Amino acid sequence: MIGSLYLPGRSPLHRLPAGLKAAALPVFGTVLFLVERIVPLAAALALVIALHALARVPPRLVLRQLRPAAGILLVLFLSQLWLADLSEATVLVLRFVVLILAAALVTLTTRSADLVAALERALRPLGMLGADPRKFGLAIALTLRFIPVLAVVAEEVREAQRARGRDRSILALAVPLIVRTLKLADEVAEAIDARGG
Amino acid sequence: METVALERGGRPVLARLDLCLTERRIGVIGANGSGKSSFARLLNGLLAPTGGRVTVDGLDTVKDAKAVRRRVGFVFQNPDSQIVYPTVGEDLAFGLKPLKLEKAEEARRIRLILERYGLAGAEDRLVHELSGGERQLVALAGVLIMRPSILVLDEPTTLLDLRNTRRLMAAIDALSERVVMVTHDLDLLAGFDRVLLFDEGRLVADGAPATVIERYRALLA
Repeated sequence: MIGSLYLPGRSPLHRLPAGLKAAALPVFGTVLFLVERIVPLAAALALVIALHALARVPPRLVLRQLRPAAGILLVLFLSQLWLADLSEATVLVLRFVVLILAAALVTLTTRSADLVAALERALRPLGMLGADPRKFGLAIALTLRFIPVLAVVAEEVREAQRARGRDRSILALAVPLIVRTLKLADEVAEAIDARGG
Repeated sequence: METVALERGGRPVLARLDLCLTERRIGVIGANGSGKSSFARLLNGLLAPTGGRVTVDGLDTVKDAKAVRRRVGFVFQNPDSQIVYPTVGEDLAFGLKPLKLEKAEEARRIRLILERYGLAGAEDRLVHELSGGERQLVALAGVLIMRPSILVLDEPTTLLDLRNTRRLMAAIDALSERVVMVTHDLDLLAGFDRVLLFDEGRLVADGAPATVIERYRALLA
Protein backbone atom coordinates (compact mmCIF):
# COMPACT_ATOMS: atom_id res chain seq x y z
CA MET A 1 0.00 0.00 0.00
CA ILE A 2 2.73 2.44 1.00
CA GLY A 3 4.94 1.78 -1.98
CA SER A 4 2.29 2.69 -4.53
CA LEU A 5 1.68 6.40 -3.74
CA TYR A 6 -0.80 8.66 -5.45
CA LEU A 7 -1.67 8.52 -9.15
CA PRO A 8 -3.45 11.75 -10.16
CA GLY A 9 -6.82 11.28 -11.83
CA ARG A 10 -10.51 12.19 -11.91
CA SER A 11 -12.13 8.74 -11.81
CA PRO A 12 -15.11 7.98 -9.54
CA LEU A 13 -12.66 6.21 -7.21
CA HIS A 14 -10.47 9.31 -7.02
CA ARG A 15 -13.55 11.34 -6.09
CA LEU A 16 -14.71 9.05 -3.26
CA PRO A 17 -14.03 10.49 0.21
CA ALA A 18 -10.68 9.36 1.61
CA GLY A 19 -12.22 8.36 4.93
CA LEU A 20 -14.73 6.07 3.20
CA LYS A 21 -11.98 4.30 1.21
CA ALA A 22 -9.74 3.96 4.27
CA ALA A 23 -12.63 2.55 6.33
CA ALA A 24 -13.77 0.19 3.57
CA LEU A 25 -10.32 -1.37 3.26
CA PRO A 26 -10.19 -3.17 6.66
CA VAL A 27 -13.83 -4.29 6.20
CA PHE A 28 -13.00 -5.71 2.78
CA GLY A 29 -9.87 -7.37 4.22
CA THR A 30 -11.87 -8.99 7.02
CA VAL A 31 -14.43 -10.34 4.56
CA LEU A 32 -11.60 -11.77 2.44
CA PHE A 33 -10.32 -13.75 5.41
CA LEU A 34 -13.78 -15.21 6.02
CA VAL A 35 -13.95 -16.54 2.46
CA GLU A 36 -12.38 -19.98 2.10
CA ARG A 37 -13.18 -20.88 -1.51
CA ILE A 38 -11.28 -20.13 -4.68
CA VAL A 39 -14.20 -18.99 -6.86
CA PRO A 40 -15.39 -16.04 -4.72
CA LEU A 41 -11.76 -15.01 -4.16
CA ALA A 42 -11.13 -15.10 -7.91
CA ALA A 43 -14.26 -12.97 -8.34
CA ALA A 44 -12.87 -10.51 -5.75
CA LEU A 45 -9.61 -10.40 -7.71
CA ALA A 46 -11.53 -9.68 -10.92
CA LEU A 47 -13.46 -6.93 -9.13
CA VAL A 48 -10.26 -5.28 -7.79
CA ILE A 49 -8.62 -5.45 -11.22
CA ALA A 50 -11.75 -3.92 -12.76
CA LEU A 51 -11.61 -1.12 -10.19
CA HIS A 52 -7.98 -0.50 -11.15
CA ALA A 53 -9.12 -0.19 -14.76
CA LEU A 54 -11.91 2.18 -13.70
CA ALA A 55 -9.30 4.32 -11.92
CA ARG A 56 -7.19 4.21 -15.11
CA VAL A 57 -4.23 2.59 -13.37
CA PRO A 58 -1.79 1.34 -16.04
CA PRO A 59 -1.40 -2.50 -15.98
CA ARG A 60 2.38 -2.23 -15.34
CA LEU A 61 1.60 -0.23 -12.18
CA VAL A 62 -0.82 -2.96 -11.04
CA LEU A 63 1.95 -5.54 -11.41
CA ARG A 64 4.42 -3.26 -9.66
CA GLN A 65 2.24 -3.36 -6.52
CA LEU A 66 2.76 -7.12 -6.30
CA ARG A 67 6.47 -7.26 -7.10
CA PRO A 68 7.81 -6.47 -3.59
CA ALA A 69 5.59 -9.19 -2.09
CA ALA A 70 6.23 -11.80 -4.80
CA GLY A 71 8.96 -13.63 -2.85
CA ILE A 72 6.91 -13.87 0.34
CA LEU A 73 3.84 -14.98 -1.62
CA LEU A 74 5.87 -17.72 -3.28
CA VAL A 75 7.18 -18.95 0.09
CA LEU A 76 3.62 -18.90 1.49
CA PHE A 77 2.31 -20.81 -1.50
CA LEU A 78 5.02 -23.50 -1.32
CA SER A 79 4.74 -23.92 2.44
CA GLN A 80 0.94 -24.30 2.23
CA LEU A 81 1.34 -26.72 -0.64
CA TRP A 82 3.66 -28.78 1.55
CA LEU A 83 1.65 -28.48 4.78
CA ALA A 84 -1.88 -28.64 3.26
CA ASP A 85 -2.87 -28.90 -0.41
CA LEU A 86 -3.03 -26.94 -3.67
CA SER A 87 -6.47 -25.57 -2.95
CA GLU A 88 -5.49 -24.08 0.43
CA ALA A 89 -2.24 -22.71 -0.98
CA THR A 90 -4.18 -20.98 -3.79
CA VAL A 91 -6.78 -19.57 -1.39
CA LEU A 92 -4.12 -18.11 0.88
CA VAL A 93 -2.11 -16.47 -1.90
CA LEU A 94 -5.23 -15.19 -3.68
CA ARG A 95 -6.37 -13.53 -0.44
CA PHE A 96 -3.08 -11.67 -0.07
CA VAL A 97 -2.96 -10.69 -3.75
CA VAL A 98 -6.49 -9.23 -3.58
CA LEU A 99 -5.72 -7.45 -0.32
CA ILE A 100 -2.47 -5.93 -1.61
CA LEU A 101 -4.15 -4.72 -4.80
CA ALA A 102 -7.11 -3.29 -2.88
CA ALA A 103 -4.78 -1.44 -0.50
CA ALA A 104 -2.73 -0.17 -3.45
CA LEU A 105 -5.92 1.05 -5.10
CA VAL A 106 -6.69 3.18 -2.04
CA THR A 107 -3.28 4.89 -2.07
CA LEU A 108 -3.21 5.22 -5.85
CA THR A 109 -6.54 7.05 -5.86
CA THR A 110 -6.19 9.07 -2.65
CA ARG A 111 -3.89 12.00 -1.94
CA SER A 112 -1.86 11.28 1.18
CA ALA A 113 -2.91 14.66 2.60
CA ASP A 114 -6.58 13.55 2.30
CA LEU A 115 -5.77 10.20 3.96
CA VAL A 116 -3.96 12.02 6.74
CA ALA A 117 -6.84 14.47 7.19
CA ALA A 118 -9.31 11.52 7.37
CA LEU A 119 -7.11 9.81 9.96
CA GLU A 120 -6.90 13.00 12.01
CA ARG A 121 -10.71 13.28 11.96
CA ALA A 122 -11.11 9.63 12.99
CA LEU A 123 -8.65 10.07 15.85
CA ARG A 124 -10.14 13.33 17.08
CA PRO A 125 -11.89 11.63 20.06
CA LEU A 126 -8.42 10.68 21.36
CA GLY A 127 -7.89 14.41 21.91
CA MET A 128 -10.01 14.04 25.05
CA LEU A 129 -7.33 11.70 26.42
CA GLY A 130 -4.62 14.27 25.73
CA ALA A 131 -3.35 12.77 22.45
CA ASP A 132 -2.81 15.09 19.50
CA PRO A 133 -4.36 13.56 16.31
CA ARG A 134 -2.31 15.96 14.14
CA LYS A 135 0.86 14.24 15.33
CA PHE A 136 -0.48 10.86 14.17
CA GLY A 137 -1.33 12.43 10.82
CA LEU A 138 2.11 13.97 10.47
CA ALA A 139 3.73 10.63 11.33
CA ILE A 140 1.81 8.93 8.51
CA ALA A 141 2.72 11.68 6.04
CA LEU A 142 6.38 11.45 7.02
CA THR A 143 6.33 7.67 6.58
CA LEU A 144 4.93 8.00 3.06
CA ARG A 145 7.38 10.77 2.18
CA PHE A 146 10.54 9.16 3.53
CA ILE A 147 10.27 5.60 2.24
CA PRO A 148 11.72 6.61 -1.17
CA VAL A 149 14.25 8.93 0.50
CA LEU A 150 15.55 6.15 2.75
CA ALA A 151 15.66 3.78 -0.23
CA VAL A 152 18.00 6.26 -1.95
CA VAL A 153 20.11 6.60 1.22
CA ALA A 154 20.35 2.80 1.50
CA GLU A 155 21.44 2.55 -2.14
CA GLU A 156 24.09 5.26 -1.63
CA VAL A 157 25.46 3.44 1.43
CA ARG A 158 25.47 0.12 -0.43
CA GLU A 159 27.31 1.69 -3.35
CA ALA A 160 29.89 3.32 -1.06
CA GLN A 161 30.53 0.02 0.73
CA ARG A 162 30.68 -1.85 -2.58
CA ALA A 163 33.38 0.59 -3.72
CA ARG A 164 35.33 -0.39 -0.61
CA GLY A 165 34.69 -4.09 -1.15
CA ARG A 166 32.51 -4.32 1.98
CA ASP A 167 29.08 -4.89 0.43
CA ARG A 168 28.69 -8.30 2.05
CA SER A 169 29.10 -6.94 5.56
CA ILE A 170 25.71 -6.26 7.16
CA LEU A 171 27.39 -4.09 9.80
CA ALA A 172 29.11 -1.95 7.16
CA LEU A 173 25.70 -1.33 5.57
CA ALA A 174 23.59 -0.99 8.72
CA VAL A 175 25.74 1.40 10.76
CA PRO A 176 26.03 4.24 8.19
CA LEU A 177 22.39 3.75 7.20
CA ILE A 178 21.22 4.08 10.81
CA VAL A 179 23.51 7.06 11.45
CA ARG A 180 22.29 8.87 8.31
CA THR A 181 18.66 8.04 9.10
CA LEU A 182 18.98 9.46 12.63
CA LYS A 183 20.71 12.58 11.30
CA LEU A 184 17.97 12.99 8.69
CA ALA A 185 15.34 12.59 11.44
CA ASP A 186 16.99 15.41 13.43
CA GLU A 187 17.07 17.65 10.36
CA VAL A 188 13.43 16.92 9.51
CA ALA A 189 12.33 17.70 13.08
CA GLU A 190 14.23 20.99 12.87
CA ALA A 191 12.64 21.82 9.50
CA ILE A 192 9.13 21.08 10.81
CA ASP A 193 9.83 23.46 13.71
CA ALA A 194 11.09 26.10 11.27
CA ARG A 195 7.92 25.76 9.17
CA GLY A 196 5.76 26.23 12.25
CA GLY A 197 4.54 22.62 12.28
CA MET B 1 21.42 40.62 18.66
CA GLU B 2 22.37 41.89 22.09
CA THR B 3 25.47 40.34 23.71
CA VAL B 4 24.46 36.97 22.26
CA ALA B 5 26.44 33.88 23.18
CA LEU B 6 25.76 30.25 22.34
CA GLU B 7 27.09 27.08 23.92
CA ARG B 8 26.28 23.52 22.90
CA GLY B 9 27.22 20.59 25.12
CA GLY B 10 29.24 22.95 27.34
CA ARG B 11 31.35 24.05 24.36
CA PRO B 12 31.23 27.67 23.15
CA VAL B 13 29.86 27.88 19.61
CA LEU B 14 29.36 31.63 19.29
CA ALA B 15 30.96 34.30 21.45
CA ARG B 16 29.43 37.66 22.36
CA LEU B 17 27.64 39.06 19.32
CA ASP B 18 26.23 42.57 19.15
CA LEU B 19 24.64 43.06 15.76
CA CYS B 20 21.80 44.83 14.03
CA LEU B 21 20.88 43.37 10.63
CA THR B 22 18.86 45.76 8.51
CA GLU B 23 20.24 45.32 4.98
CA ARG B 24 18.23 43.63 2.19
CA ARG B 25 20.94 41.08 1.34
CA ILE B 26 23.31 39.75 3.96
CA GLY B 27 25.83 36.97 3.37
CA VAL B 28 27.40 34.82 6.08
CA ILE B 29 30.70 33.05 5.40
CA GLY B 30 33.34 31.13 7.32
CA ALA B 31 35.11 27.79 7.42
CA ASN B 32 33.33 24.57 8.49
CA GLY B 33 32.59 24.67 12.22
CA SER B 34 33.02 28.44 12.43
CA GLY B 35 29.52 28.91 13.84
CA LYS B 36 27.76 30.38 10.80
CA SER B 37 24.96 27.78 10.63
CA SER B 38 24.34 28.17 14.37
CA PHE B 39 24.20 31.93 13.82
CA ALA B 40 21.53 31.40 11.12
CA ARG B 41 19.52 29.15 13.46
CA LEU B 42 19.48 31.86 16.11
CA LEU B 43 17.64 34.16 13.70
CA ASN B 44 14.38 32.20 13.71
CA GLY B 45 14.62 30.64 17.15
CA LEU B 46 15.66 27.15 16.04
CA LEU B 47 18.47 27.66 18.56
CA ALA B 48 18.05 29.71 21.73
CA PRO B 49 21.01 31.81 22.82
CA THR B 50 22.61 30.75 26.10
CA GLY B 51 23.47 34.40 26.77
CA GLY B 52 21.97 37.70 25.63
CA ARG B 53 18.92 37.92 23.41
CA VAL B 54 17.90 37.87 19.75
CA THR B 55 14.96 39.92 18.53
CA VAL B 56 13.35 40.11 15.09
CA ASP B 57 11.25 43.21 14.43
CA GLY B 58 11.02 43.62 18.21
CA LEU B 59 9.94 40.01 18.86
CA ASP B 60 12.09 37.82 21.11
CA THR B 61 13.08 34.59 19.32
CA VAL B 62 12.59 32.56 22.52
CA LYS B 63 9.50 34.12 24.10
CA ASP B 64 7.71 34.81 20.80
CA ALA B 65 9.10 31.80 18.91
CA LYS B 66 5.90 31.10 16.91
CA ALA B 67 5.49 34.67 15.74
CA VAL B 68 9.20 34.87 14.86
CA ARG B 69 9.01 31.69 12.77
CA ARG B 70 6.09 33.11 10.83
CA ARG B 71 8.25 36.13 9.99
CA VAL B 72 11.54 34.35 9.39
CA GLY B 73 11.47 31.56 6.81
CA PHE B 74 14.33 29.06 6.83
CA VAL B 75 15.63 27.10 3.84
CA PHE B 76 17.93 24.19 4.66
CA GLN B 77 20.89 22.82 2.74
CA ASN B 78 19.18 19.52 1.92
CA PRO B 79 15.62 19.87 0.56
CA ASP B 80 14.95 16.24 1.52
CA SER B 81 15.11 17.31 5.16
CA GLN B 82 12.59 20.04 4.59
CA ILE B 83 9.89 18.56 2.37
CA VAL B 84 7.45 16.68 4.56
CA TYR B 85 4.72 15.43 2.20
CA PRO B 86 5.06 13.01 -0.74
CA THR B 87 3.66 15.36 -3.40
CA VAL B 88 4.55 18.97 -4.20
CA GLY B 89 1.04 20.36 -3.68
CA GLU B 90 0.55 18.58 -0.36
CA ASP B 91 3.85 19.87 0.95
CA LEU B 92 3.07 23.46 0.00
CA ALA B 93 -0.33 23.07 1.68
CA PHE B 94 1.45 21.94 4.87
CA GLY B 95 3.01 25.41 5.22
CA LEU B 96 -0.42 27.02 4.83
CA LYS B 97 -2.18 24.86 7.42
CA PRO B 98 -1.77 27.29 10.34
CA LEU B 99 -3.49 30.00 8.26
CA LYS B 100 -6.68 27.87 7.98
CA LEU B 101 -7.46 29.12 4.46
CA GLU B 102 -10.40 28.06 2.30
CA LYS B 103 -9.47 25.17 -0.03
CA ALA B 104 -9.87 27.39 -3.12
CA GLU B 105 -7.59 30.11 -1.72
CA GLU B 106 -5.05 27.46 -0.67
CA ALA B 107 -5.06 25.98 -4.19
CA ARG B 108 -4.74 29.46 -5.72
CA ARG B 109 -1.68 30.32 -3.62
CA ILE B 110 -0.06 26.98 -4.45
CA ARG B 111 -0.72 27.47 -8.15
CA LEU B 112 0.72 31.01 -8.11
CA ILE B 113 3.90 30.09 -6.27
CA LEU B 114 4.54 27.10 -8.53
CA GLU B 115 4.09 29.32 -11.59
CA ARG B 116 6.54 31.81 -10.07
CA TYR B 117 9.27 29.16 -9.88
CA GLY B 118 8.69 27.51 -13.23
CA LEU B 119 6.92 24.52 -11.68
CA ALA B 120 3.42 25.22 -12.97
CA GLY B 121 1.16 22.17 -12.80
CA ALA B 122 3.54 20.26 -10.50
CA GLU B 123 0.99 19.95 -7.66
CA ASP B 124 0.59 16.18 -8.05
CA ARG B 125 4.21 15.38 -8.86
CA LEU B 126 6.00 13.09 -6.42
CA VAL B 127 8.79 14.92 -4.62
CA HIS B 128 11.22 12.02 -4.90
CA GLU B 129 10.86 12.09 -8.69
CA LEU B 130 11.96 15.74 -8.95
CA SER B 131 15.53 16.78 -9.75
CA GLY B 132 17.72 18.20 -6.97
CA GLY B 133 17.24 21.72 -8.31
CA GLU B 134 13.46 21.34 -8.53
CA ARG B 135 13.37 19.98 -4.99
CA GLN B 136 15.31 22.96 -3.67
CA LEU B 137 12.86 25.27 -5.49
CA VAL B 138 9.94 23.40 -3.88
CA ALA B 139 11.64 23.81 -0.48
CA LEU B 140 12.03 27.54 -1.18
CA ALA B 141 8.41 27.79 -2.36
CA GLY B 142 7.26 25.90 0.76
CA VAL B 143 8.81 28.63 2.89
CA LEU B 144 7.81 31.62 0.74
CA ILE B 145 4.18 30.53 0.53
CA MET B 146 3.98 31.42 4.24
CA ARG B 147 4.91 35.00 3.21
CA PRO B 148 7.77 35.61 5.63
CA SER B 149 9.37 39.05 5.74
CA ILE B 150 12.89 37.61 6.16
CA LEU B 151 14.38 34.55 4.51
CA VAL B 152 17.34 32.69 6.01
CA LEU B 153 19.10 30.20 3.73
CA ASP B 154 21.68 27.77 5.05
CA GLU B 155 24.00 26.78 2.19
CA PRO B 156 21.09 26.30 -0.23
CA THR B 157 23.28 25.66 -3.30
CA THR B 158 25.68 23.10 -1.81
CA LEU B 159 23.94 20.10 -3.42
CA LEU B 160 23.17 21.81 -6.73
CA ASP B 161 24.96 21.86 -10.07
CA LEU B 162 25.83 25.16 -11.79
CA ARG B 163 22.60 25.38 -13.77
CA ASN B 164 20.40 24.76 -10.73
CA THR B 165 22.54 27.10 -8.61
CA ARG B 166 21.89 29.85 -11.16
CA ARG B 167 18.19 28.98 -11.25
CA LEU B 168 17.92 29.14 -7.45
CA MET B 169 19.97 32.35 -7.21
CA ALA B 170 17.79 34.01 -9.87
CA ALA B 171 14.77 33.10 -7.74
CA ILE B 172 16.45 34.49 -4.60
CA ASP B 173 17.59 37.67 -6.38
CA ALA B 174 14.03 38.38 -7.45
CA LEU B 175 12.69 38.24 -3.89
CA SER B 176 11.43 41.39 -2.23
CA GLU B 177 11.98 39.78 1.19
CA ARG B 178 15.13 40.45 3.22
CA VAL B 179 17.63 37.62 2.79
CA VAL B 180 20.34 36.23 5.05
CA MET B 181 22.32 33.54 3.25
CA VAL B 182 25.01 31.26 4.65
CA THR B 183 27.26 30.03 1.87
CA HIS B 184 30.64 28.65 0.90
CA ASP B 185 30.19 29.89 -2.66
CA LEU B 186 31.73 33.35 -2.50
CA ASP B 187 30.71 34.22 -6.08
CA LEU B 188 27.07 34.28 -4.99
CA LEU B 189 27.69 37.25 -2.71
CA ALA B 190 28.70 39.72 -5.42
CA GLY B 191 25.54 41.83 -5.26
CA PHE B 192 25.01 41.56 -1.52
CA ASP B 193 24.85 44.62 0.74
CA ARG B 194 26.77 43.18 3.68
CA VAL B 195 28.80 40.09 4.52
CA LEU B 196 29.65 38.65 7.95
CA LEU B 197 32.72 36.46 8.43
CA PHE B 198 32.87 33.97 11.29
CA ASP B 199 35.94 32.20 12.56
CA GLU B 200 35.95 29.81 15.53
CA GLY B 201 32.67 31.22 16.84
CA ARG B 202 33.70 34.86 16.56
CA LEU B 203 32.57 37.52 14.13
CA VAL B 204 35.91 38.61 12.69
CA ALA B 205 34.80 40.80 9.78
CA ASP B 206 31.62 42.66 8.88
CA GLY B 207 31.22 44.91 5.87
CA ALA B 208 31.07 45.11 2.10
CA PRO B 209 31.44 41.78 0.24
CA ALA B 210 34.76 42.54 -1.46
CA THR B 211 36.48 43.61 1.77
CA VAL B 212 35.17 40.72 3.86
CA ILE B 213 35.89 38.08 1.20
CA GLU B 214 39.45 39.43 0.91
CA ARG B 215 39.81 39.04 4.67
CA TYR B 216 38.45 35.48 4.48
CA ARG B 217 40.98 34.54 1.82
CA ALA B 218 43.78 36.02 3.92
CA LEU B 219 42.54 34.08 6.95
CA LEU B 220 42.69 30.78 5.05
CA ALA B 221 46.06 31.50 3.41
